[in-house]
Amino acid sequence: MIGAYEGLSPLWRMCAIVGGILTLATAILAFLQLVRPGAYTAELWARTRSWWIMAGLFFAAAVAGPWMSLALFAFMSFWAMKEYVTLLKTRAADHAALVLAFAAIPIQYAWVAIDWYGMFIIFIPVYMFLALPIRLVLSKQTEGFVASASQIQWGLMAFVFGLSHMSYLSRLRAMGPEGALSDGRTLLLFLVFVVEMSDVLQYVWGKTLGRHKVVPTVSPNKTWEGLIGGVLSASLASLLLRFLTPFSVLETFGVAVLITVAGFFGGTVMSAVKRDFGVKDFGSLIPGHGGMLDRLDGLCYAAPVFFHYVRYFHT
Amino acid sequence: VTQKQPDEAPLSRREKGPSSRSVAPDFLQRLFFLLVVRPFLTLFIGLKVRGRENLPERGPFLLVANHSSHLDTVSLLALFPLGRLKEIRPVAAADYFERNLTVSFLTRTFFNILPIVRKREDVTPENDPRQAMVAALKAGFSLIIFPEGTRSSSPEEIGRFKSGVAYLVENVPGLPVVAAYLENMGRSLPKGAWIPVPFFCNVLIGPARTYAGTTPEIVAGIQAAVRDLRGD
Repeated sequence: MIGAYEGLSPLWRMCAIVGGILTLATAILAFLQLVRPGAYTAELWARTRSWWIMAGLFFAAAVAGPWMSLALFAFMSFWAMKEYVTLLKTRAADHAALVLAFAAIPIQYAWVAIDWYGMFIIFIPVYMFLALPIRLVLSKQTEGFVASASQIQWGLMAFVFGLSHMSYLSRLRAMGPEGALSDGRTLLLFLVFVVEMSDVLQYVWGKTLGRHKVVPTVSPNKTWEGLIGGVLSASLASLLLRFLTPFSVLETFGVAVLITVAGFFGGTVMSAVKRDFGVKDFGSLIPGHGGMLDRLDGLCYAAPVFFHYVRYFHT
Repeated sequence: VTQKQPDEAPLSRREKGPSSRSVAPDFLQRLFFLLVVRPFLTLFIGLKVRGRENLPERGPFLLVANHSSHLDTVSLLALFPLGRLKEIRPVAAADYFERNLTVSFLTRTFFNILPIVRKREDVTPENDPRQAMVAALKAGFSLIIFPEGTRSSSPEEIGRFKSGVAYLVENVPGLPVVAAYLENMGRSLPKGAWIPVPFFCNVLIGPARTYAGTTPEIVAGIQAAVRDLRGD
């Protein structure tokens, strides 16, 4: 059995690991349900079921090839942006600028598709940054102009520019110390697994040991115990996934700490956004989790950080 | 498919019911809803429906809603199974939706509209909009009506309801009226815009009920039913 596992490609090995973890989680839940049934487990059931579906979709897209995963990421950006703009207080005069902002999504992913890094990295921070206010000016309403220009650009940066780094990551060819090449697709698996694992572990540590809140006014559920426990345990777990990366042991741990902390701040920033809008969740797409953004919040921050780390040090 | 558009049914002629709809336009409408409208509403707009169970299993009934967008009619029609589309006719202004042959062909085929004359000076005994609607209801069609008469220019506002809706209640005994509130459609595709912004949109549907009383009471009652769904 171990031999069969060793023979698998990194993608299928990862698939086996995630499948194993989810099976274990499902078994534990079933056990908890037997021991003490209650509403507490219903929520966890919904979450676990959603994890199965999300993992299934993610691996299906990875297996189906670059076009499918490109389409999946573009759709995730689109849905995240949808959730964000629906909560914004928009003016009638913003209509055309919003159309432009949504049109930027397929364009941004087209740069990924044709592997044009230079354009990928400046299109939203430079060209959309210039174009959106121009379109707003043409609508001739100055009241609320700055708020509209800022809000729309912020959404594009976080949910389109930021998340599209996950997609571009899979195009990188990372170089290891002995010149061994590492496929960007396996780095993407590493990023997503470590960040999501840390999110779950922060929740678990926080629920069991959490006492001291990190940012009580923004997110009362985030505790120091959860943060430190989650970051350390997810980073330790990441060592088992070193086969996905070109990193040494120490570096793997360091990178995992970097992206889990970035993910934590991503989650906190999105919590602040929700507080500002006065909502609990961004949407209801994923039962037990909330909206697309409630699941992607950490990745909005971790993806660019991880991408540029790999690109700077390993290509 | 290139059949001649029938003129407005004269009062004397008996209106034919839903089963009389020709096979070709009915098929095209179903295909259009299956392949275009539903994917668009699900994947692009992210339409959420609450209270779908309130829609009567059998017509005729009136489906009444606030109006701020071209998405309104599309979303309300999409609430029904494909097989029921031919029973449901959105009441639409002839001066707008029949402004030329192409638009007229498209709106009749894909939306099965009931075109009515909106301007009072154009109304003749033959094309009286109230009579046309009553005849359609009596023939077994259910109607989608926006009693504001036009799309409101501000999506947050619900305009004053016109009295035509009460005329239908008074002249079709026991007519069930279903109120719906459409949320965010006017943000997604406001009047004057042609490309929708994918704000999440919601349809809230209230229970079917009948109305009685004086004309102003009926109008006020129906208007209140729509406003209540908004949570005013």
